[in-house]
Amino acid sequence: MNKNRRSFLKVAGLSVFALSSGATAFSSAAQAMVSPGTYEPAPKELKAKRWAMVIDTRTFRTADDYKAIIEACHAAHNVPDIRSKADGHEDQEIKWIWTDSYKHAFPDDLNEHLADRVKKRPFPLLCNHCTNPPCVRVCPTQATYQLPNGIVTMDYHRCIGCRFCMAGCPYGARSFNFVDPRGYLSDPVPNPEYPTRMIGVVEKCTFCVERLAKGLMPACVEASEGRILFGDLNDPESTVRKALAENYSIRRKPNLGTQPGVYYIV
Amino acid sequence: MYNSKAVIAGIVAFLVICTSPFWANFGSGDYKKPEVVLPKKPECIESAEFMRAEHMQLLNEWRDQALRHDNRQYVSSTGKKWEISLQNTCMKCHNDYEQFCDKCHVTNNVDPYCWTCHILPKGSK
Ligand code: SF4
Ligand code: SF4
Ligand code: SF4
Repeated sequence: MNKNRRSFLKVAGLSVFALSSGATAFSSAAQAMVSPGTYEPAPKELKAKRWAMVIDTRTFRTADDYKAIIEACHAAHNVPDIRSKADGHEDQEIKWIWTDSYKHAFPDDLNEHLADRVKKRPFPLLCNHCTNPPCVRVCPTQATYQLPNGIVTMDYHRCIGCRFCMAGCPYGARSFNFVDPRGYLSDPVPNPEYPTRMIGVVEKCTFCVERLAKGLMPACVEASEGRILFGDLNDPESTVRKALAENYSIRRKPNLGTQPGVYYIV
Repeated sequence: MYNSKAVIAGIVAFLVICTSPFWANFGSGDYKKPEVVLPKKPECIESAEFMRAEHMQLLNEWRDQALRHDNRQYVSSTGKKWEISLQNTCMKCHNDYEQFCDKCHVTNNVDPYCWTCHILPKGSK
């Protein structure tokens, strides 16, 4: 009896091992490439070790000064203006870059006697492409992820709309599509080279990763006429590093430890 | 067998109902290969046979390579280089979605949802 049981267990164990190793071989085969070709980076791609943005807010006075910049971004990425239609969804907003007051943008800085020129200035806000991005950590599907060059971007195909990332992001940088965004875009869309999003996914600024691949600077940087700088934070000779070395700059909510990649010269 | 008449009738009825889709389709015409309208350009990124069988996996691979690995250029088996983009590469030649993509997708009853986000050529949103 004992002997039989023993040999049964041996055979069973061996079979389980054989089956499971077969299964892993199969699943890794399923992941193997199907294409007969190869992949490489786009030829004109701009490269950096750590992309970062420096915004010289001294040169902007009113929220209107930022209008062209916001419009450039939203047109380049087919970001809808939900409030443009009176259909009961006016309380919603999709935004990749927007403006807000000093006290909302920098709530840790409790100095109420700050100079008016800083306190009353509007600040442009966007995703900070944090070095330690909480949105990436909480995303259950890896729809939000970080590239080696510091850009925190999204694969909308994977987003299941759970909105954990919105709860995780301390900067309100993410918007959820409660309605189909196409109903709020012109036809044809502002940029026919770029997709739209669909109902039920989250979206945000991508540091224009698709433009960098074509050798172009981000749309907001291009529209800012030199007032927003973009470059490699790890390169001491880059424009952003020089601007940071020569001017006093702040970042949003630094005590959270997310290490934002967007700097504000004040 | 207890109550055998009812049991056997029940089994027969069950078999007929279960196999009814098979009988309904039996002999109701052969599968007709859809007639797609091919784009004017002579070459695709890979051979027609490969694309016909594998374009879905290839598109998945393109997406992952472009988005996650920042490899936005494809070098085909013939050495030709292509920008990785459904909207800006594939759809530039295959610009008649209804006469190309839809022909097979409809015949085979597949409903890919690429176009909820990607823009179809010719102004369609
Ligand atoms: S700002 Fe928010 S969305 Fe952007 S990387 Fe940081 S946590 Fe993520
Ligand atoms: S909403 Fe999308 S991106 Fe955000 S955490 Fe969920 S799956 Fe990830
Ligand atoms: S970097 Fe690109 S995506 Fe981000 S706010 Fe600027 S234009 Fe928009």
